[in-house]
Amino acid sequence: MVAARAPEGGGALQLRLYVAGQAPNSLRAIANVKAICDEHFAAAHDLEIVDLLEHPGRGLADGIIVTPTLLKLLPLPIRRVIGSLSDTEQVRLALTGT
Amino acid sequence: MKAELQSAVTKMLTGIQGFDEITDGGLPRGRTTLVMGGPGCGKTIFALQTLVNGARRAKEASIFVAFEESTRQIVANAATFGWDLPALEKRKLFFLDARLSPEVVQAGEFDLIGMLKVLQAKVEEIQATRIVFDGIDVLLALLDNPVSERREVYRIRDWLLETGLTGLITQKVGGTDADQRYGFLQFMVDCAIVLRHQVVDGSAFRSLRVVKYRGSGFSGDEFPITLTTEGLQLTHRGPAELTYEVTDERISTGLPRLDNMLRGGYHRGSNVLISGAPGTAKSTLAGLFAAAACERGERTLYVSFDEGAAQIVRNLQSVGIRLGPHQKSGLLKIFSTRTRGPNIEDQFGELRTQIRAHNPRCLVIDPLSALSAKLAHLASADAAQQFLDFLKVQGITVVNTSLMDGLNTDEATATGISTIADTWIHVSYIVHDGERNRALTIVKSRGTGHSNQVRELTLSNEGVTLTDVFIAQGKVLMGVARWEWEQEQQAATKRIQVATELKRLQLHLAQAEAAARLQVVQTEMEARSAEMEVLADATGSASMLVTTDREVLRKMRHADKEVRVAKRGQSKGVVPGNGDSRVL
Repeated sequence: MVAARAPEGGGALQLRLYVAGQAPNSLRAIANVKAICDEHFAAAHDLEIVDLLEHPGRGLADGIIVTPTLLKLLPLPIRRVIGSLSDTEQVRLALTGT
Repeated sequence: MKAELQSAVTKMLTGIQGFDEITDGGLPRGRTTLVMGGPGCGKTIFALQTLVNGARRAKEASIFVAFEESTRQIVANAATFGWDLPALEKRKLFFLDARLSPEVVQAGEFDLIGMLKVLQAKVEEIQATRIVFDGIDVLLALLDNPVSERREVYRIRDWLLETGLTGLITQKVGGTDADQRYGFLQFMVDCAIVLRHQVVDGSAFRSLRVVKYRGSGFSGDEFPITLTTEGLQLTHRGPAELTYEVTDERISTGLPRLDNMLRGGYHRGSNVLISGAPGTAKSTLAGLFAAAACERGERTLYVSFDEGAAQIVRNLQSVGIRLGPHQKSGLLKIFSTRTRGPNIEDQFGELRTQIRAHNPRCLVIDPLSALSAKLAHLASADAAQQFLDFLKVQGITVVNTSLMDGLNTDEATATGISTIADTWIHVSYIVHDGERNRALTIVKSRGTGHSNQVRELTLSNEGVTLTDVFIAQGKVLMGVARWEWEQEQQAATKRIQVATELKRLQLHLAQAEAAARLQVVQTEMEARSAEMEVLADATGSASMLVTTDREVLRKMRHADKEVRVAKRGQSKGVVPGNGDSRVL
């Protein structure tokens, strides 16, 4: 299952969230990342959600060890946040900080 | 899955020397094994070696999940073992770098579902049967929550059961609270192994102990382990009963005279100890043995803790022992090493590896005392004995040299080598008349009625020789003293020879004289008999002559009377005459 939400005019912030099906942590992470994006980066963001149960090969390519894992691909540098993303302040800092 | 749980334990060979023996076949196949130990105990090596051996020997593919070290680091560390990981990595061994870098931001709880899914895909892709999770403690520390820790570990366990993989989980232990906290791991797994690294009397010891093995018997003893160029090895104590084949076959010591003293040489498969002070030609005797073995076409390993290979070859060449050609042909391998570190087990482990690699029939260890210097405590003596037992079982004949000044030094007894040596030859210096000479004695030789005489050992560029020594006026004569004695003996012999010759000549002369005299007598006799013949002839002709003369005379005289007389004596009527003619 790939749930992608890419609003027009995005590109400034590119995110990829790896999840594992309907696992509680994964469901929480999806909800949390959407909320954070809507709140802080509503104007320009590109979020891709990858389910490893369906696409395990992609997890290998990105070196995903635990689920959920959020990758901030752009702007550089690449950042990695793991967990259910419940600590929204930590996530926001990771996404905005350089 | 259920059926598999109920079935008897099938085993998977680890290929780790000794381990498969003590567990009667290796690790439980399709189950999970926990390998615990402090830092530097060899957990990673144990796990990785199991995978490498599986790939190499059983052609089984595997996955290595590294939580603690980078895969690059692991491959680099394993480079010392000659496993050729880069080649295996392409086909049979997959490394997953499962470290979470410190830059990773943790924001909430996580699980391993994703990783296991990724691994599942890889397992199917390469048809893996074995998997290692190396450094699970690192992962557990990240979870930082007893409930999550337990949940994720059980998740791994269940996943292993589902996939039917043989799993190895390594866990660093040491901190006591962590050990208690992760104690559930031991209950969860089917097999648990503890590795230890401790220091005893200043010497480092690594050991392995199986603490749990569901559904299988195992030896729960602590076994010493060693790290060699082939990886980790267990020093298996071997069967308690010493059973190995013994033969009556004799092999040459390389010195014919010594062969004679030992009634034909060393016993095949025996261990020989050559002890002596420095410079007493111990290495030379060992070299002779090695050269003789090579001459017979037997593979030979020469282990030296003293000198480099080139130096050994050159030094032995100087006494006429040629090892160079055998070294070139590959029959002889000279392994020169320094005693590495204080761990005696490592030393013997390394030797075992060398022996397996070269597969020799004859072995030289020069000197064994390089190792025995480390034999400060009983465990090491045990190691030496085990090593010699190992050689016995392999049927390898070994000649050990040992630095020893006297016959009853502590060194000899500490190693116990002197007691387990089958043949013990001691070379000592005897100082006499300002000379040092080498004296060789056979202290003991099991199963051999050996000569108990002391022999003098001499070295020259022509070779090595053993000579009888002389005992005169209660002293053993060697060197110049012996030479003088020999000269004296030779002179005495010469004198006797000359005297005999003289006598012989005298007798011969006497005989010749007698013969000559005999000749003279014979000649004289011949002369006499000739004379006698002549005499006889002369007598005969003389009497005839007398008769004839008388006839002539009678005729001339015409004397009747006289004629009658003569006629009467000679022949009647021969002479016509008148009627009354009568012989006188």
